[in-house]
Amino acid sequence: MNQNLLIEKSNQYRQKILKYIVGANAGHTGGSLSSIDIINVLYNEVLNVSPETFASPDRDRYIQSKGHCVEALFVVLADVGFFPEDDLNSLCKYKSHYIGHPTRKIKGVEQNTGALGHGLPLAVGTAIAAKLDDKDYRVFTLLGDGELPEGSNWEAALTGAHYKLDNLCAIIDKNTLQISGPTADVCNTDPVDTKFESFGWAVKHVNGNDVKALQEAFASLPFEKGKPNLIIAHTVKGKGVSFMENQLNWHHGVPNKEQYAQAIEELTAAANK
Amino acid sequence: MGNHIEITADNAKANLEVFSSTLQELAENDRDILAVTSDSRGSGKLVPFAKKYPKQIIEVGIAEQVLVGVAAGLASTGKKTFAVSPACFLAARSFEQIKNDVAYSDNPVKLIGISAGVSYGALGSTHHSLHDYAALRAINNLIIVAPADNFETEQAIRQASQINKPFYLRFGKKPMPLLTEDKENTFEFGKGRVIAKGKDLAIIATGETVYPALQAAKKLKEEHNIEATVVSMHTIKPLDYNLLKSLSNEVGAIITVEEHSVYGGLGEACASFLLENQFHKPFKIVGIPDEYTVTGSQTEILNHYGISEDGLTETALQLIKKL
Repeated sequence: MNQNLLIEKSNQYRQKILKYIVGANAGHTGGSLSSIDIINVLYNEVLNVSPETFASPDRDRYIQSKGHCVEALFVVLADVGFFPEDDLNSLCKYKSHYIGHPTRKIKGVEQNTGALGHGLPLAVGTAIAAKLDDKDYRVFTLLGDGELPEGSNWEAALTGAHYKLDNLCAIIDKNTLQISGPTADVCNTDPVDTKFESFGWAVKHVNGNDVKALQEAFASLPFEKGKPNLIIAHTVKGKGVSFMENQLNWHHGVPNKEQYAQAIEELTAAANK
Repeated sequence: MGNHIEITADNAKANLEVFSSTLQELAENDRDILAVTSDSRGSGKLVPFAKKYPKQIIEVGIAEQVLVGVAAGLASTGKKTFAVSPACFLAARSFEQIKNDVAYSDNPVKLIGISAGVSYGALGSTHHSLHDYAALRAINNLIIVAPADNFETEQAIRQASQINKPFYLRFGKKPMPLLTEDKENTFEFGKGRVIAKGKDLAIIATGETVYPALQAAKKLKEEHNIEATVVSMHTIKPLDYNLLKSLSNEVGAIITVEEHSVYGGLGEACASFLLENQFHKPFKIVGIPDEYTVTGSQTEILNHYGISEDGLTETALQLIKKL
């Protein structure tokens, strides 16, 4: 897919994320907006998976460890045809299957996530299975920088390197903010790159809100034979809406009517540029 | 079955050994059988397995969270995955992975809790699993099984490998005599096995406590002319409510026995069902009280708390007095 189309899609996705968060009166706005370019590029460019091939044992897997940014995942899954977008009108509503975290009740979702620190171990197990079966599929997992203190991530970092999982790619959505403050203040995990490198991973930094940079990073996988891959995606929390960018209160803030109108106006103007 | 109780002690092996030999046999014919271990291949008697099928064992080191997370990832691809770790750690350190990655995501991992209950004896509370039934019973979509003898263990492992659902199976490491040689007394998940039948009371036990329950029933018959039904309630969840219902009508009193805290395990599961179904007869839960156990070997600890032939005989006599 060409870059202009990907950029256009990211813009549309951002508008839809806000629409369905407003509809649900709940959601993780800032992180969905920071991570949407990554999920966009994965599903429209990288992953060998579609609604038709979702049951195939050879499909690529995407596991969203930062499950709370489900709105970003759902708008992309709808767009690539896993379910009708109208379904998202029921997001977080009574008796809906579309809850505030990924669940396998929704076609396209690989694992039920929501508790943090679970995606990487699951992805490691799935990638080991590919190696055991000599299959070519790859496994991707998206983590938030705020979930890195979960010890299970570091257990999995060891295991992934031990099994030389170059078919595994973890992406950290490094938007540098978490619910109670800047990640560096809450529990500083920097330097993340050298930590993972010392564990035996091959690491690349990328602008995580630049689809071209993301395309190039994914195209260069595996970064090094025999090593699991980590992409540290530097992103802006609330990206695309001026008053949400880098603002802690938009971690799970829901726009009111005026804020929503302004956000859509800004995004529409950006799309028309 | 009947009043004649025979306990076969010949060739008794540890359920743990039966687990490992059964898994090895299954692995021979099915390359999708995998053991995932947390430096537990020795304590899980899986060293021969690892030597024979090195590609079918995944070692993660002493890291129980990733043990279960990795096992869930493997199981999601169709691998018949057995995650093997001491029950004390498996049902505590990896609790959230069991709740979310196995049960909630419906990844059909077979969680194997080895050296369960107070198998580790004097090593103390860190190594005892007296909480696992209680903790795991509250998790949806998880079948909980404690086989009593070698036959039940072999059947449980074979059948679980064929069922595409999450399981937790736990057992100990001491030799367990066969409860019965009755070939018609088969094993099926969710169906308690009636090992002996008597009208005066029922002793419903699980795991390796069925054996002393059976010994007690024999003694009660021989020395006190009290006839006891003995049930191996190997599946703690889903519990065999049909059997409980019929027992509640047939016998005068019920004792439950488990190598587990008296809180939240087999006993309370039975009690809640019986109370909701108008069972108003003498009832007693035998297990480990809410305390850090006395120091001792497994046998000494179990004897201390009355989970023994003599202890259960005494409990039965006390309970019958209330009739």
